Amino acid sequence: MNQYLKNMSATQQVGAMFLIVFGCLALAGIVVFLLSTREYPEGPAGDAKRQLLARADGVLRSSWVMVIVFWIGWLSGDTVATVLFGLVSFFALREFLTLSPTRRSDHRSLVLAFFVILPLQYLLVGTEHFDLFTVFIPVYVFLAIPVVSALANDPQRFLERNAKLQWGIMVCIYGMSHVPALLLLDFPKYHNKNAFLVIFLVLVVQVCMVVQFFAARWLQRAPAAPAISSSFNWPSWWIGVAAGSLLGALLAGVTPFSPAQAFAMAGVACVAGSLGHLVMKAIKRDRGIPIWGADGSGVTGTGGLMDRVDALCFAAPVFFHSVRWYFQL
Amino acid sequence: MRAKLMGLFLLGLIRVLTGSQARWTGCPPKAEQRIYFANHQSHADLVLIWAALPRDLRALTRPIAARDYWTKTRFRQWITTAVFNAIYVSRERSANEDPLEPLLDALAHGDSIILFPEGTRGNAEEPQPFKAGLYNLALRFPQVVLVPTWINNVQRVMPKGEVVPVPVLCSVTFGTPVQLHPGEERRVFLDRARAAVIALRDL
Repeated sequence: MNQYLKNMSATQQVGAMFLIVFGCLALAGIVVFLLSTREYPEGPAGDAKRQLLARADGVLRSSWVMVIVFWIGWLSGDTVATVLFGLVSFFALREFLTLSPTRRSDHRSLVLAFFVILPLQYLLVGTEHFDLFTVFIPVYVFLAIPVVSALANDPQRFLERNAKLQWGIMVCIYGMSHVPALLLLDFPKYHNKNAFLVIFLVLVVQVCMVVQFFAARWLQRAPAAPAISSSFNWPSWWIGVAAGSLLGALLAGVTPFSPAQAFAMAGVACVAGSLGHLVMKAIKRDRGIPIWGADGSGVTGTGGLMDRVDALCFAAPVFFHSVRWYFQL
Repeated sequence: MRAKLMGLFLLGLIRVLTGSQARWTGCPPKAEQRIYFANHQSHADLVLIWAALPRDLRALTRPIAARDYWTKTRFRQWITTAVFNAIYVSRERSANEDPLEPLLDALAHGDSIILFPEGTRGNAEEPQPFKAGLYNLALRFPQVVLVPTWINNVQRVMPKGEVVPVPVLCSVTFGTPVQLHPGEERRVFLDRARAAVIALRDL
């Protein structure tokens, strides 16, 4: 089996990986569907089960969407993939800014963020200007946004408004744009296989989050920051990070890393992703909402886009930087 | 054909910018003759309600456009007639013409309409007092269902005086229909209708 996989070309390997992922998702979907046809007793116990199933269904659905997006991105080449991630950035930023009240005088800055900074950042990714792309937002935009705001002649809560906007840009544009950047990193002897690197990152971070979630349910420890998150505690966090890193080591074969390197890289991504998720939870608590979305209430029952991608937004820049720094790319 | 493409383009644009989420909390979307009356804060209000309606209802529902502004150039006239199927209303009053006349015609014809009873765009937290038009229409057409509608967030998409819209999630909430009670006084009814619109804000 292993020999057979090794003899395939890079394209065939990536294709096989997508088949495996699709198969796993289909299997999980069948399991959830079968469970949902069962009768559950009335009352709180049955309600909890039903809620858990509904949540699993939501996670599965968003996983399908994400995987299909990746698949289309891979099929149609790096440019389309970059544009797709640009769209994800756009919708994430839209969600973020909807819930941070802006004033009329912020209008020009918002136009700048959505229609100039976002396309420029992704253009820098697409054209592989990696040196500029890593400093464009933290250095140049950091100055440009407050200048535009200052020219709007409105001093009220100036620092707060600009800080929020800058933060939204950092998380939604800067963080997210590091995912397609991984596709364009040029490893020696690793051509056409960069899609694995993105899947590697998404998979280890996602597994870390899921394991952490179930460990927290199972361990029932006192939360580390109860006002922010009722489920986050250090033991289950360690379990999640360990699970993600171990998976990373197991997946070393598809990456340019040795197993030890893969373990460390996955660990770095998991730590950044899970802690970033905690930070985004704190923001949601600050705004008094359970999930991202139009008005923070789950009208349609599913969470917003931000709920799905926040860990990735924090993990991607850290992962990208560690990889580049370690391999001197 | 061109109008259809333009309609699709506008629909796509408004969905990308605002999500144009419809929340039917007080009544289901239904093909009966209705007057949707809403708060008015931005030029985009009209397009947003139009986009939030299901496609079948969109074809039956006509917005209102100011004649002097929307017939000035050929493009404006085309977009209001061919895409939105708007009803033109004159803003300045002449002695021998009832400004409601075109609306009465449309309602008699069986169309549903979108009305902004404040008359002009406001930029305060709460809508301005309603003008008498809604009352007069309700009096003349008692069978038409009056649906209060709250448009949320649209003023952030395109504040007065700006040209480039900014993406912000918006929602349109449709509330429980209000009725004109027999013998109800004009001011009382208008205030009640306004309160019904404001009540949707905190849902």
